[in-house]
Amino acid sequence: MKVVVCLKQVPDTAEVKIDRATNTLIREGVPSIINPFDRYALEEAVRIKERLGASVTVLSMGPDQVKEALREALSLGADEAILLSDRAFAGADTLATSYSLARGIEKIGGYDLILFGKQAIDGDTGQVGPGVAEVLGLPHITLVRRLVDLREGQVKVERLVEGGWELLATALPAVFTVVKEINEPRVPSIKGMLRAKRAEIPVWRAADLQADPRRTGLAGSPTRVAKIYTPVFDRQAEVLSGTAGEQAQALVARLRENKII
Amino acid sequence: MSLTANKEHASGVWVFAEHRRGQFPSVVFELLGAGRRLADDLGEKLFALLLGGVGVGGKAPDLIAGGADTVYLVEDEVLADFTDDPYVDTLESLVTRYHPSVLLFGATANGRSLAPRLAARLQTGLTADCTGLEIDPEKGNLLQVRPAFGGNIMATVICQERRPQMATVRPRVMKRLPPDPGRMGEIIREMVPPGRKKRVDFLDFVAELKETVNIEEADIIVSGGRGMGDPSNFRLLEELAGALGGAVGASRAAVDAGWVPYSYQVGQTGKTVSPQVYFACGISGAVQHLVGMRSSDIIVAINKNPEAPIFQVATYGLVGDVLEIVPALTAEIRRWKGEA
Repeated sequence: MKVVVCLKQVPDTAEVKIDRATNTLIREGVPSIINPFDRYALEEAVRIKERLGASVTVLSMGPDQVKEALREALSLGADEAILLSDRAFAGADTLATSYSLARGIEKIGGYDLILFGKQAIDGDTGQVGPGVAEVLGLPHITLVRRLVDLREGQVKVERLVEGGWELLATALPAVFTVVKEINEPRVPSIKGMLRAKRAEIPVWRAADLQADPRRTGLAGSPTRVAKIYTPVFDRQAEVLSGTAGEQAQALVARLRENKII
Repeated sequence: MSLTANKEHASGVWVFAEHRRGQFPSVVFELLGAGRRLADDLGEKLFALLLGGVGVGGKAPDLIAGGADTVYLVEDEVLADFTDDPYVDTLESLVTRYHPSVLLFGATANGRSLAPRLAARLQTGLTADCTGLEIDPEKGNLLQVRPAFGGNIMATVICQERRPQMATVRPRVMKRLPPDPGRMGEIIREMVPPGRKKRVDFLDFVAELKETVNIEEADIIVSGGRGMGDPSNFRLLEELAGALGGAVGASRAAVDAGWVPYSYQVGQTGKTVSPQVYFACGISGAVQHLVGMRSSDIIVAINKNPEAPIFQVATYGLVGDVLEIVPALTAEIRRWKGEA
């Protein structure tokens, strides 16, 4: 079995701060990390390898510094890593990203399962997994919380939805996006880190993928960000003081004023 | 690849009326409320798309009462339970026939699976999890506002040339219209296109949070964090939520400690919610939690530490012992409700 894991390097959004003077994001000094949801996808792939025997290829797109994230993935159990990097890929929205990643996956070839985290914490779209599945002509299932029964050519999964979960079955190859509930990611081993340090990470350009230039990067992106602003959350909490009973009375009075109760 | 019509020929605001066995989540009516406003601003009609098993058409009048002018109804057993392939194939065939200008989905599990697949097939733009939708009065484009970078910034996204302009819309943000059963509208029957494959089999749905409201749908959420001290104290939150008709949520710390299941988790790696009232009980307010709840209408923070960051986003702050304040609140609400 061959598993491809797509992962994204993202700024740690919990560390992103706002410059109140200019109302812009301060990104200096903000660490770049593997998108936390993608760690679950990688861990699941490595567990499949350990359980059933499989090769795990990680694929990412972005500037050269993304190799750091790919090296970390290698230290966590991936067998090989490939970076898609080209100016032609820059400025891609989720449609163009889906196309470029799908071309990369086609070039890797021979895949049975393609895994994504449910979304990236910077864009929070969750659109690239289903988008890649469409370009590749494969079935997809989002929000997978458990692979119930994985065997050659077919799989049963549990999918997390509002108010419960679904049991679904599909044939392989297929694309899944996974939720945090699926596993507990491991920490890298010393051996893994040494191997990752020495590993060669091939970089594929747009020409290597024979990508249609009208479908990559800015040219292939129907959406544009017209404006960015920072939301203001300057709520001044009204502090309700007194004993627990007095605080409770004061709050219930406020909730009644707001017609909540 | 089926490229959609150019913008001059596109007309109509479409809303995907998701349901589970004929039960619409509230976001469907919120989409109709928002869609009605957009359609009126554009001078176009509002359409609802109702796909489901045989008999689902009985629910079409609810969509007209909610604001739709026309319901495209597709009844077929292959659509009885949602799976992506037949839904995408059917929507693709409707879009390529009628050329809507706007196509909206709820930012739900199914909406966020179906919409990106359809957008990729139609080769058009899709904006995820919008919290604001307006028509640009000059150019007529849909201005799609959404949070990004964990809610640290808001972005306005446009899809200038291609149609339809697609968006998924966050539940509980848009306002539904009061239902009007006297509203007139038409129901047009359509078909699933023949000769396509359905590759995912739906086997079962298991409801997980029985007898409690699920947090994506709740008007009131009572969440607990590490400050609850012990998993047994979540009973206090359940009682408060019960008195208010709300649901119980949790911070990541409480979930990671194994006190409650992951489905309770609010925040960056859990669910994003925006209820009318959000109670943060013993939750200090890490950024990862705040991004999941700070668009709530009213936030009540209960915490022993007056310096806790949760108070910076709160509407009302109660400083003190959460294990005393929560039962006092439950008693006070019951007392008032009993008198009312």
